[in-house]
Amino acid sequence: MKKVIMGNHALSYGAMLARVQVISAYPITPQTQVVELLSEMCASKVLDAQFIKVESEHSAMAALIGASLAGARTFTATSAQGLALMHELLHWASGARLPIVMGNINRAMAPGWSIWSDQNDSLSQRDTGWMQFYCANNQEVLDSVIQAFKVAERFYIPAMIILDAFSLSHTYEVVDIPDQALVDTYLPPFQPAFRLTPDDPHAFGGLTSPDHYFELRYKLQKAMEKVPEAVEETGREYEKLFGRYLGTVDGYCLDDADIILVTSGTAGSTARVAVDNLRKKGKAIGNLRIRLFRPFPFKIVRQLLRRAKKVAVVDRNISYGHHGIFYQEIKSALYGFSSIPVFGFIAGLGGRDITPETFEEIVDYTLSHETVDSEIIWIGVKK
Amino acid sequence: MIEIRFHGRGGQGTVVASKILADALAKEGNYVQAYPEFGVERRGAPVYAFIRIDNKPIYDKSRIYTPDHVVVVDPTLVEAIDVTVGLKPGGIIIINSDRRPEEFNFPDLYRVVTINATEIAVKHGLGTLAAPIVNTAIVGATIKILNLCRLESLIEAIKEGVPIKPQDNILAAKEAYEKAQSLL
Repeated sequence: MKKVIMGNHALSYGAMLARVQVISAYPITPQTQVVELLSEMCASKVLDAQFIKVESEHSAMAALIGASLAGARTFTATSAQGLALMHELLHWASGARLPIVMGNINRAMAPGWSIWSDQNDSLSQRDTGWMQFYCANNQEVLDSVIQAFKVAERFYIPAMIILDAFSLSHTYEVVDIPDQALVDTYLPPFQPAFRLTPDDPHAFGGLTSPDHYFELRYKLQKAMEKVPEAVEETGREYEKLFGRYLGTVDGYCLDDADIILVTSGTAGSTARVAVDNLRKKGKAIGNLRIRLFRPFPFKIVRQLLRRAKKVAVVDRNISYGHHGIFYQEIKSALYGFSSIPVFGFIAGLGGRDITPETFEEIVDYTLSHETVDSEIIWIGVKK
Repeated sequence: MIEIRFHGRGGQGTVVASKILADALAKEGNYVQAYPEFGVERRGAPVYAFIRIDNKPIYDKSRIYTPDHVVVVDPTLVEAIDVTVGLKPGGIIIINSDRRPEEFNFPDLYRVVTINATEIAVKHGLGTLAAPIVNTAIVGATIKILNLCRLESLIEAIKEGVPIKPQDNILAAKEAYEKAQSLL
């Protein structure tokens, strides 16, 4: 069934179709309509789930950790400072190997107080052991929730579905809402190997001596390493049922590209328009949108970028004192495999718009420079 | 691709207007992207809503700066702000007003069409003269003036998407659509 919905509600419908059993949320700014619609679905029994209203995002994640340990499929959503407040418990969720799925609306961190998009909130959680999927349209947001549960529950790793504030969260697009019965065949009920139950008492997360802790972390990393292939596999399976492939990356016009733009989120969608415009002017440009940021899909990124003469990475984020975060990842992926110049651009912080012209400026810069002489090339900073 | 900007005031349902239009267009297989001004809205303050329409997927997620047409939901905005900012030459300015198009002073490169959506809305019991709910009427006129979709698609969209007084809203949309037809 096709419906015109906003990105926030695409998350809600994804959670509904995944038949989540426990939702916990703190319903105030920076929360969005995601959990508002879910609470209505719970109240009207469209969705058979427990909605737990808590007093902070920290508690929201804590509640889901408890529910997930008891074997429930769990979901929440947050944004910016709310995600930051969850930080401690993000480690807890991944360390306890709980396949919680969470929507995060990318909003710039305060101060200055902002409700507009950039990626510093989610990228600040890069090392918490969560998978991170960055979406480019509302259809992908909905589909990603369903796919994320499938991958999360196979490896016992939590997942974040990430979408840009406003340009997805509050933007209405046509979304195909899949048939529930078909989703049920793709995503069967969550059957954890271990769970908290009075019938068979266990404890989770107790004191772990140096004799064992190291191996727990080794296992988490080993599981993470299997995820990129599993995303592609479950993405193909999704395509068979629903007609839409969900991979680790989304490449556009890469085969003969001299310059490849590396992008993420909605900027990765707008970049396609720039690629079309530039190709009409005879410039061989391609766009590689990274969908799965954690774990990073090193193999496919190396394979796809190798043929380019130059790479231009566009970051809507910054690691202060270093540079763009996707830029770090791309350089790290290519190190030892390729010596093509990789340029790093920062654009669109705090919701400054990223337009097709932004990418044309980036391509012009990249075309006119043979070597990288600056760690950060700022786009659109007012002088 | 067609890009339209709506001008209204907070609380008048301007964003809802763009959503209803998106619903109607989607029913005819169009790709649509509708969004409010990115920010916070205040009751009574000027607000914006935008819509992109195409027959193929819309990849551009940047904002609309050079709309093809504008729809002015609140007539007092014409004096308060410049509703033609970025408007492409040849663009149509649809204004909810009881005045005639020639009474407005816009550059010749635009065409002005007026429709008294307030009168139509109030007649069908949608709000009051002081606070009319004109979104369904203005969308009814807009789809005809810009030849965007069939009236039946809009009626379907209102039935599904307008929880309060759907029948009155349908009648308002229909009357505005028919009045707009006589203007063309």
